[in-house]
Amino acid sequence: MTVAALFEPLMIALILTNLALLVTSRTGVLIRLIALQGALLAFAPLFPVANLPAHLALLCLAVFTIKAVAFPYLLSRTLRRIDADSRIEPYLGGGLSAAAGIGGLLFSLWLENRLPVPPGLFAPLLFPAALTTIFTGLILVVTRKNALTQVIGYLAAENGIFLFGAPLSRQGSVWLELSILLDVFVGVFVMGIAIHHINKTFESIDVGRFCTLRD
Amino acid sequence: MAALSVIRLLATLALAPLLFSVINRVKAAFAGRQGKRLSQPYRDLAKLARKGAVYSQTTTWVFRAAPVVSLAAIVAALALVPLGPPGSAPSFTGDFILVVYLLALARCAVVLAALDTGSSFEGMGASREAAFSALAEPALFLCFLILDASTHRSNLGVMLSGTALSSAAPELALVPITLFIVLLAENARIPVDDPNTHLELTMIHEVMILDHCGPDLAFIQYGAALKLWLFCAILTGAVLPPLGRGPWLDFALAVAGIFACAALVGVVESVMARLRLPRVPKLLALACSCAAIALILTLWR
Repeated sequence: MTVAALFEPLMIALILTNLALLVTSRTGVLIRLIALQGALLAFAPLFPVANLPAHLALLCLAVFTIKAVAFPYLLSRTLRRIDADSRIEPYLGGGLSAAAGIGGLLFSLWLENRLPVPPGLFAPLLFPAALTTIFTGLILVVTRKNALTQVIGYLAAENGIFLFGAPLSRQGSVWLELSILLDVFVGVFVMGIAIHHINKTFESIDVGRFCTLRD
Repeated sequence: MAALSVIRLLATLALAPLLFSVINRVKAAFAGRQGKRLSQPYRDLAKLARKGAVYSQTTTWVFRAAPVVSLAAIVAALALVPLGPPGSAPSFTGDFILVVYLLALARCAVVLAALDTGSSFEGMGASREAAFSALAEPALFLCFLILDASTHRSNLGVMLSGTALSSAAPELALVPITLFIVLLAENARIPVDDPNTHLELTMIHEVMILDHCGPDLAFIQYGAALKLWLFCAILTGAVLPPLGRGPWLDFALAVAGIFACAALVGVVESVMARLRLPRVPKLLALACSCAAIALILTLWR
């Protein structure tokens, strides 16, 4: 099996991690799944090129370190510290979320034929996988009450955007990708602190309680 | 070809109860026990067949007809499922739809019989069985549609000739996974239901047949063995490509694959606990979602 033959299984694995993100009901599992997605994502920029340039290897390594190791560590540390209920309380249940995710996949397959992208830019399945990941992130942000889950949704959406950029990364956008990665890292770091404060102020990380805020 | 089909069906009818022995032996090996004799399911069936039947005064002809109807429907479905190429003799375009509905007919008969007893427990079991199978059936249908879409033939003989793994499309690897979850759910195995439990609050399939006894129970138990064989045959057919060295070798390979499936069921039962009842629909919904994604990607190609 050639390296290129592994690309489609990778994209399908990414789509399946999206499905798993949508149906899981435990924050701990969600953190592990986003780590898995990050690890899978680290291999995505490798595929369009035959020989591996050094800057691309650096990007893959950075993605793996930050998305598969650092984020899960930060998130699980936050989860442990705030001692929150590890069950996820959704506005939209697992089944409906999964249906919404499948709807997102259908929409992205439809959109792929409609967008005027240069032919050959996106490898097969890359566009639907990337757009589905963004949709998954949006669904997680919109339909979950828990602040930590919303951070994970934001990360999933960022994973999708990164996947969109993966075919372009050999055209010199590696430094841009790296700087975005740094921004996201700082973002998650800050959100960890913010969640800690939310937990202290509201005695919960349920964002529904923000409505009780009065001055 | 007709002779081959008859021999396949006879072998199925003879070997199906042995699947329970294989599952039992695998579980015993995991638990460090010796396990039952391999012939034990046959002895149980013979013992039940010798006994007389007792019928409650509440029950009507529906209760008496159910074991026969369900067994007949399952045997008819088995006649359509091939064991290696070429397809079974009565094969025709769209036969997979008939197989799914014959299974539904078998289930419907048992559910009606359970309701016919007037027992609240059996009504509860019937309700659960109906709810869970209503979720498992779309997953099975979606799997058949995927195989249909990837082979462009609506014929079980072609669809079940190792399509899922011999093709280059990676999304087809989701088919065996979904089929295995459907197998576990439809045959009341762990993690969906435990066939050995007799606690009414958590039983699904077993609670429906509490009022059956003697030959009726033997019919239902034998039907359960045949149904397990049928699902193992579908899974094996979807995964194992034909060897191309004549139908007899493919037949032997399919039978070996079916027993391997049973061993896999035994492994799953040994290493997993049962799911809580509210989580079962989630598992089945996940199976449906996986199958839906695979179908979408198959049609997209």
